[in-house]
Amino acid sequence: MKYPLTIAAIALAALMPPAEAAALRESGDPLDSARWSDMQKAFLAGAPVLFDPRVKVIAPSTAENPMQVPVTVDATALPGVAEVVVFADFNPIVQVLRFFPEDAPAFLGFRVKLQQSTPVRAAVRTADGVWHVGGTWVNTVGGGCTAPSAAGGSKEWQQRLNEVSGRQWSDGPNAGRLRMRIVHPMDTGLVAGTPAFFLEEINFADAAGKRLMRVQTYEPVSENPVFTLQRVSADGPVEATGRDNNGNAFTARIDQ
Amino acid sequence: MKRLLGVLLLLVAGQLQAVDFDYRLSARPIAKNVYAFIGKTEDFTTDNGGNIVNTAFIVAPQGVIVIDSGPSLRYGQQMRRAIAAVTAKPIALVINTHHHPDHFLGNQAFADLPIAALAETRDGIAADGNAFAENLYRMSGDWMKGTEVQLPGRTLSAGIVEVAGRRLRLVALDGHTGADLVVVDAASGVVFAGDLAFNGRAPTTPHADVGHWLKALDQLEALTRETGFKVLLPGHGVPSADAGPIRQTRAWLTWLSAAMRSAAKDGLDMNDVLARPLPAEFARLPVAASEYRRSVGHLFPAAELQALGAKP
Ligand SMILES: [Zn+2]
Repeated sequence: MKYPLTIAAIALAALMPPAEAAALRESGDPLDSARWSDMQKAFLAGAPVLFDPRVKVIAPSTAENPMQVPVTVDATALPGVAEVVVFADFNPIVQVLRFFPEDAPAFLGFRVKLQQSTPVRAAVRTADGVWHVGGTWVNTVGGGCTAPSAAGGSKEWQQRLNEVSGRQWSDGPNAGRLRMRIVHPMDTGLVAGTPAFFLEEINFADAAGKRLMRVQTYEPVSENPVFTLQRVSADGPVEATGRDNNGNAFTARIDQ
Repeated sequence: MKRLLGVLLLLVAGQLQAVDFDYRLSARPIAKNVYAFIGKTEDFTTDNGGNIVNTAFIVAPQGVIVIDSGPSLRYGQQMRRAIAAVTAKPIALVINTHHHPDHFLGNQAFADLPIAALAETRDGIAADGNAFAENLYRMSGDWMKGTEVQLPGRTLSAGIVEVAGRRLRLVALDGHTGADLVVVDAASGVVFAGDLAFNGRAPTTPHADVGHWLKALDQLEALTRETGFKVLLPGHGVPSADAGPIRQTRAWLTWLSAAMRSAAKDGLDMNDVLARPLPAEFARLPVAASEYRRSVGHLFPAAELQALGAKP
């Protein structure tokens, strides 16, 4: 094996299919990014890190629209996920979002603004304090973070700010899925004359009030964010609550 | 080090030699006194320099009518020379069918002549032209050297016009973009369809309204049923003696919009939609995979909005 693993990692590898175990490594960024050590310092300082193929980050290798790059993080193959932090090494604002899957699987789909070609990564902290890191390179022609939001030019969004629409699917191939869209400009503050204005927190709870997931969002999340969650089963309505950095709050019920 | 430098220089020289920025345009007769320059059914690359589009000209009694000017200044200049090799008549008018860069960025080579387009096309070029040109520089490289936006100075509207002794019927449709001009040349029986019709190449959708486009295709097909119809020149792909390109374009758009709607209805995320395989019917169509990817970005958000019950 090219990168020697610690005893803990070897024990972990023994539980995995051979192909996945072979891809585990504790050093040597598989995406070979010049900014990896900065990222590690910023987000994972002092904690053990494992590049882990069970953390799947799905995104197109070439982003046709840098303002709306779809990203899906699937860490459901990892047991005991406490926190997931998503970042893009070369973005002017690196941190995209954090999510804390509580009663929902560690799965989240969303879209991001990317300024240039960059790794998009998810670091997943498990209950034992280890960060499991997965990621993928996204090539883009740029313009995502310093281009104005489409809403910026119009006044309509002001009346519709934080308007939520969404649905759950209780059967079919996507049973348990929840999708939600929120009207918000998600201004990064990097466009001259437009201050940062973005959603900061979204909570999803089931009908009994039990939290499914908490999501902390940052400037790079795309305008009018769309989130995809996967519940164990779509059992009753979900309440979504949240607020932006100017204190505008919302509460919405998502039915099936 | 010196030797290495020598090798590098050779490599650079070799590359320069391979690209002479000659589009090798040759006018292909498609009807009596009507010629077309048929582009490749590819994406923009530094090899093809953006020569992926069809342009055309009509040799009318008192002059030449040019339909679309290509993707770059060099293309426009070479097109002008290729036209002069066919006829000594002066160019009377250049028409831009719609506001996509491969159809108007050659305008600069005709800046001394009248250039005309529908009002909305003109506005579209004024608004987006520079961004389009920038994008083509990125994709086609030095072929674009010196290319700048040249706005059409004249505005066209639907109806019969007489140009250089030729009666043309201008049909103003939309759907591929906000304004798609179809030129019907009754004397030759040629219908210049612009990008409403693609032949043997997946259609592009960056400014498409698929519902409008499908309606426009019905109107376009009606034009091919009129007596005197001989040739349909699509915006991309070879000319056709029947409505085949219209049916192909319709089949692609119908499938594409239904696929977006059903994917959104089934709860798919954009990455799920991107990962879907193309149906066998379209899988081998040139640039189908890349146009599908782009179209998901253009069209899926609206389908998603509807499925999630959002106001548009
Ligand atoms: Zn076009």
